[in-house]
This record gives sequence, structure tokens and C-alpha cells, in this order.
Amino acid sequence: MNTRIVGKAVRKVDGEGLVLGVKKFTDDYDIPGLLVGKLLLSPHAHARIRRIDASRARALRGVHAVLTYADVPRIVHTTAGQGYPEPSPYDTFILDNKVRYVGDRVAAVAAETEEIAEEALSLIEVEYEILPAVLDARAASREGAPVIHDEPEAHVVIPIEYDPKRNIAAHTVIEVGDVERGLEEGEVRVSEEYTAHYAQHCALEPHVTVAYVDEDGRLVLVTSTQVPFHARRIVAQALGLPVKGIRVIKPRIGGGFGSKQEVFLEQICAALCLAAGRPVKIRYTREEEIVSSRTRHEMHIRVTLGAKRDGRLTAIKMDVLSNTGAYGAHGLTVASNAGSKVLPLYRCENVRFEATVVYTNMPVGGAYRGYGATQGAFAMESAVDELAERLGMNPKELRVKLHIRSGETSPIFAKLGEGKPGVAQTISSCKLGECIEVGAAAIDWEKKWEGYRTERAKGGRYKRGVGMAILMQGSSIPHIDMGAATIKMNEDGSFNLLAGATDLGTGSDTILAQIAAEVLGVGASDIIVYTSDTDMTPFDVGAYASSTTYLSGRAVQRAAEEVRRQVIEVGARLSGSKADGAVLEDGQVVFVDGRRVSFEEVARYALYQRDQFQIMGTGSYYSEKSPPPFAAHFAEVEVDRETGEVRVVKYVAAVDCGVEINPVLARGQTEGAVINGIGYALYEEFVFNERGRMVMDTLMRYRIPGTRDIPEVEVIHVPSYEESGPFGAKSVAEISINGPLPAIGNAIYHATGVRLRRGPFTAERVWRALREAGR
Amino acid sequence: MSYTLHINGQLVSVQAPGTARLLDVLREELGLTGTKEGCGEGECGACAVHMDGQLVNACLVLVCQAEGHEITTIEGVAAQARWRPLFDAFVECGAVQCGFCMPGMVMAAAALLRERPRPSEAEIVRGLSGNLCRCTGYRKIITAVQRAGERIASGS
Repeated sequence: MNTRIVGKAVRKVDGEGLVLGVKKFTDDYDIPGLLVGKLLLSPHAHARIRRIDASRARALRGVHAVLTYADVPRIVHTTAGQGYPEPSPYDTFILDNKVRYVGDRVAAVAAETEEIAEEALSLIEVEYEILPAVLDARAASREGAPVIHDEPEAHVVIPIEYDPKRNIAAHTVIEVGDVERGLEEGEVRVSEEYTAHYAQHCALEPHVTVAYVDEDGRLVLVTSTQVPFHARRIVAQALGLPVKGIRVIKPRIGGGFGSKQEVFLEQICAALCLAAGRPVKIRYTREEEIVSSRTRHEMHIRVTLGAKRDGRLTAIKMDVLSNTGAYGAHGLTVASNAGSKVLPLYRCENVRFEATVVYTNMPVGGAYRGYGATQGAFAMESAVDELAERLGMNPKELRVKLHIRSGETSPIFAKLGEGKPGVAQTISSCKLGECIEVGAAAIDWEKKWEGYRTERAKGGRYKRGVGMAILMQGSSIPHIDMGAATIKMNEDGSFNLLAGATDLGTGSDTILAQIAAEVLGVGASDIIVYTSDTDMTPFDVGAYASSTTYLSGRAVQRAAEEVRRQVIEVGARLSGSKADGAVLEDGQVVFVDGRRVSFEEVARYALYQRDQFQIMGTGSYYSEKSPPPFAAHFAEVEVDRETGEVRVVKYVAAVDCGVEINPVLARGQTEGAVINGIGYALYEEFVFNERGRMVMDTLMRYRIPGTRDIPEVEVIHVPSYEESGPFGAKSVAEISINGPLPAIGNAIYHATGVRLRRGPFTAERVWRALREAGR
Repeated sequence: MSYTLHINGQLVSVQAPGTARLLDVLREELGLTGTKEGCGEGECGACAVHMDGQLVNACLVLVCQAEGHEITTIEGVAAQARWRPLFDAFVECGAVQCGFCMPGMVMAAAALLRERPRPSEAEIVRGLSGNLCRCTGYRKIITAVQRAGERIASGS
């Protein structure tokens, strides 16, 4: 398809303002009378608040509000910013008389300054009854384990398995074919357990919310959220306020990666604002961000594969134990995605997937880029490598043989959804085969696969290896997600695009402008983008599930098509030409008879001259399917056998994301996701002390990649065309975070012969594994 | 306490306790919100400014330490036409995603380019090593600084 704007490296619409520091983030809003909100966090993993006395804090000069559980409505809700009714359990209160992890909320204050707020926190007297804690997911459901959610209110709002008395936050099981028979039919079997570890998003901008009451008495929340409409609904619910009394505005957001798909600051900031009668801002410190926001769910995953000697899979069994921490946010859906975004990659008739999600007294899981697929891909892609080893096959050849192709389907799509059965779909665009071939060529796979294996047998301190992984994700949640956009024409022929979609730094405002501009025959700079304001823009579920380009993009396309229809109609009326066959080009309507009418003439005619009306259209898009992007990732590593240090020498990500609406932005997504994934694979780690406190609580201890840590990364776009997507596009943002952990783990094995089944692959962990294996 | 600060070429007087962080004075007293706070502990570089031309983290500088020194913030650099190629390169190369780290990155890049007009890749890596970005994976940022350096040095 010939496009003018789509597929071009259009400058990011907010790029220059961000570079110059003039675009406003939540913390940059200056509101008169703004108070500082601070939270008192629990030092205990599990405790009941026997007595809490805030009188001294309240008496402190400059303190305007102090809230304990006794001062806020006791309304059970979930912080997971998902569609309604949510598939996450209602198990959270704004404040409770029980704390369930180190970092849980005990009280909140609003004061004139940060110093006063901190002093007030120190004056709150709390008497805790310390309860035995669950600090290991495997122990959560054992007989006699402490019950973390013993409150009677905890419940689920959709019919899913939920058993808080046994610390079970969710459970799901599906089977297609007959896995036991499949395993019997297999000639070779692999059955191993892999642990995908905790991680924190570390968006550069911590969570921050400003709450104030406007001149009409409505509560306004300016907040760093990926889900403004869900935030409005959840705040209304948690505070017992009407939705119409709340406006949520998302300004620029300093990254989210899923952490801001959680609504946990908005409700307490709003409660403080209402109690103080003054505007309040709560901004997490980095330490609070790491210990008291959300994390990647830790998962223990057993994968059992049965295969014929030629590699054909006779059975896949995946058993997931997911640690959701103290609250069940995204518990079921992240665990489900460990299967649903991994298992369809491999052709197999007999597949069983079971996930148990348990509460522990540990940091709370949530959405994190990759959303379970990261964890599932580590287990599956490691297991497939182990199978290749046992079959004596090149792991690339095994994957080439087994991977799903265009025109095929997987029974998993229909069986495994998000809190309900999934949606059947046939893969209409899949260039995974090409991804594997071009990626392998870029890393020089065939030569290195043989060469390094020969090298491995010899001694020497530094050993190199190559490893790979194949990946998929989705593009929106089918039959659940909806996005909408409105476009209106201005009298100079420019357009306002008002969309609910939420740009959290991904560049979606630019992508949506490009889609609108393409349809309307103007430049992207003729589209004035305004997004994510619950008063001003139509609804959108928000930025998650890799949905914005695919879903919100289609909504924009529809809105633009409606506006195009009106523009042509008015142009025909004013020029006397026939509307049929007219096209929009360079800000003009071009009729079949050759006549041209400028958009300015069209707009002025419609606004001022005859049968006046506002040229304007709204489009909604509801997804019927979730076409997966595909990718093949390759890592080359060098392992120092004396220190255990692993260095990534080169990384290749070959990605089929359909058409790239903006190649610079799309590749930026892949590069960023790969580096985030490499940090996760090599050193990002949660370490707890015996009392359940996460001790890696600064960016010095919880190290994330810096400029010195990046290897050569080659991103290769393998184009396909997805019929259901806007101009052929699928998603790109999440998929590539899933590759590094398995690809690097497989490469370490290739280099050393030692298999690491839990990350991160720190020098210490690798060194110990090498010693244990006698290598 | 009253302090007279030299910020972006202007003398300004601020009332603040001596232990106030320069970062808070810039953002809250002077409304210079281009300088961001990402960690408050000198790890992320989002609050980077120049003090007498040297790159410093404004979260680690007290207002009393800043007195008597020339402070330049992103607002000051943004107003200097010589850095236009740097701003353009960041946008063109896709070096900006969420942009929260960007003002700090610009300050680090400007400090580097002033010292080393055509820096090698290794010099860029070192020059930006105190600035964290969670979105881009750095490659496009490094490319942007390289491109900007060439353009500024060649005067194009």
C-alpha cells in the first residue's frame, strides 16, 4: 500500500518540548496552596494494627489532614486498572487495619511541607500485632499457613476460582487433546522447573498524583497513569463518589511499563485532598517506587515436553505457580498470559496449562511489559533448548520445525483468555520463519553453534556461546478492549484529534496523528493531538496489552474516515462536483473532474456559509482478535569461568510487528525493551531480608542498565501486513522484553554446558553454578 | 536564609534554608521545572545542571553550595542557539521516548560536546554514564549526540 505519512519517521509530536524540558509532567504542575502528601509504610510483612493514634500528628502545625483506616471509607476494590468487571480480586482498601507486606500503607498525611509531613508521620503511634508471614510462594498454600486475606470483604467479581482462606488468589486450568497420552507417545521427555524472578519497572518518573477540587466542586486528578478512564472509575468506587464528580487528566508521563496500569496513588491522594480541603500532591520517592509500587510477578514454572525423535511435540504441559504478593492485582491475567502468549508458538495437539496464583506477604505483582509472557517465555524457550539438546538437534532447526505459521491456529487462543475463555483466531500475518532466518544470519548462528560447542570442550577462562528464543505477544485483548477517538475540523483546515489513548512515552500521540493525517490527506503537523482527559476525550481502556497502535489506531482511522466523508460531501456541495471517487490530498479535496477545493474553503463553508455544521467524527474500535507480533531473538555471550561474569557480546532482535507506522519509534520500542530485558536477565534482582523487606531499594542497589552496559543490539524489522490492523500494523512495545532472559540463558548453556533455570544470571549465580557442575 | 544565585545568566535572590537542595530551589522557588527528579540520590541524572560548566546533579547540591557559582539549567541551554543541532538530533534520531530523562541527557551531552566537540563513541558512553533512561536502550541517544557533535563542529 502506498502511504504518505504512515511508515515514515515523522518527528515525535512532543519530542522537542520534552527535549527542552517545557512539556509538563504531573510534578511540574504548580497549583496554589498545594500540600505535600506522604504515606506511612509498614515495617512488617504481616501485622494487625492493634492501636493507631494520630493525635500528635494532627496537632502538628502545618498538618492539614491525617488519615488512618478509621478515616477512610472501607470499600473493597482492586488497584488493577483493567476493564470492568475486573478479573483481579477485590481485596484492597484505601487503608486497612492490617498490613500485608513491608511497604504496605498504614496512614497518610498532608502538610505544608515535606519536612512537616515526615515529622507528622513519625508522630503517628502504631501498635502492631505481628503475625507470622508467608515469604515463600511455595509455602503459601500449605496446611496451617497464615491467611493473608482473612477479611470477609475479599471477593471476586467474575466467576473465577478464588480461595483466600488458602491464600489462593486465582487458579485456572485448561487442556486440549490428552496430555497424558501425548507424554506416553513421546520418545523423549524434558521436565524442568524454571523461576522467573521479581523485577521493578523503574520508570524514570516515579508515581505521582495531584488532586484538587476545581471551581465547580469537582475532584480533578492530574496523574501519571496509563489508564485515566479506569482511574476515574476506581477512584469513584473506592471513595464512594459519582464518576461525574471526577476528572482525570494525564499529562506527559515519564514511562510506565505497566506500573502505571495500577491505580494506587490516586484514591489516597484524593482522600487527603478532600480531608484537607486543599490540593495535595503525592510523589513516590525512588525507594517507595521500588518497595511499595508494583513488580513483575515471580513465577515458578514447570514445563514438561514430550517429543518424537524427529522433534515433533506430542505434549506440552505447563504448571505455573505465580506469586502475586500481598494483593491480587493482575494475578490471574498475568499468569494466564504466561501460557496464552507462549504456548501457541508451538504446534502440538496435546497441551495442558495450569496456573495457581498465591498471596504472600511480599511486594505486590502487577502489570509489567511482557505481562506473564516474559515469565512463560523463559520457561518454554529454556525447555525447548533442553529438548533440542536431548534430541541432538540444533535448537534453531527444532524451532523452525515446530513454530506456528500464517493460516494456522492454536486451540489455546480459544481456550485461554483473561479471566474467561479466549477468542479463537487464525494467524493472518506471521513472518516468524523469516525472523528466525534473518536473525540467525545476523548473529552468524550456524558457524557459531558448531564452533563454540567444539570450543566448550577445551579449557580456557573465557567461553562464548549463542542462544536464541522465539516470541509472540498480542495486540489488545480481544472482546474486552475498546478505544475511541474524535476528530473535528478547524476553519483553517487543521484538525483536532481527541483520543482517550494514553501516550506514556511510547510515542502513541505521534502514531495516532500519523494515522489521522494519512486518512485526511494532510501532514501530521496539521493534526493537533489531545489525549487522555476524561472530560475532554472519548473513552479508551488505556495503554496496556500492546493495544494502542492496533486498537486506538483503528478508532482514529474510523474517526478520520468519517471526517473524510463529511469533507468530501461539503466540498462537493460547494464546488458542484460529484463526491464519488473524490480523494483528499495535500489539504485539498480532489474530485474526479479534476476540480480541487481546499480544506480551508470546505471548513469555512461548513462553519459560516450554508447549512452550517461542525465537520466532526467519532470512531470506536472493539477488537475481535489479537494478532500476535512475532520475534526471534539471538544472543551471543562471553562467560568468564573464573568470575562467573556474563557479557553480552551481541544481541539480535528480528521482529514482525506488521507495518511500522513510524519506523524510528517502532525500533525504539524494540531497542528499549531488549535493554530492559538484558538488565532483567543479568542483574536486576529483588533480595529480601529474613523479615521480608526488599533490600535493593535504591537505584544503586537495584541496578538498571546505563550507557556502559549496553551491548551491540541489531534490530531487524521483518515486515508483514496485518489485515485487521491500521494500515497493516500490529503491536511492538512489549514483545521484545521477553527475549533476553531465555536467549542469554541458552547462550550461557551453550558456552559452558551449565543450565541456569533461574535468573538473574549474576556473576555470583553463574560462578556457583559452574562450581557445582565442576566446570 | 537569603541566597543570591547566578542562574542562566541572571542574578536571582531566593529565600531558603541553607540545607535546601538546589533541585528544589530551581523547581519550586524559581519555577524552572525542566530539571526533573528521578531518584533524589544522585543515581539517575534527571536533575543534571551545569555548575561553572561542570555537570552536577542538582539533588546533591545544597543551595548554600550553589551560591557564587554559575548555574545553567535546561532552560538556559534551551535558549542558546548553538545547541539547536543537539535538540534536533535528539528528536530526529528517536532519542526521546517518555522524555523524563531528556533534560538531564541534554545537559550531559552539552557538557560533553563543549569539552569534546567530536566525541568518540566511548567518550559519549562515559559522558552520559551518569544519566539513566529506561525507555530507549541508549543507542539512539548515543547516535544523536554523535550526529549533533558533527553538525555543531562543522557549523552545519
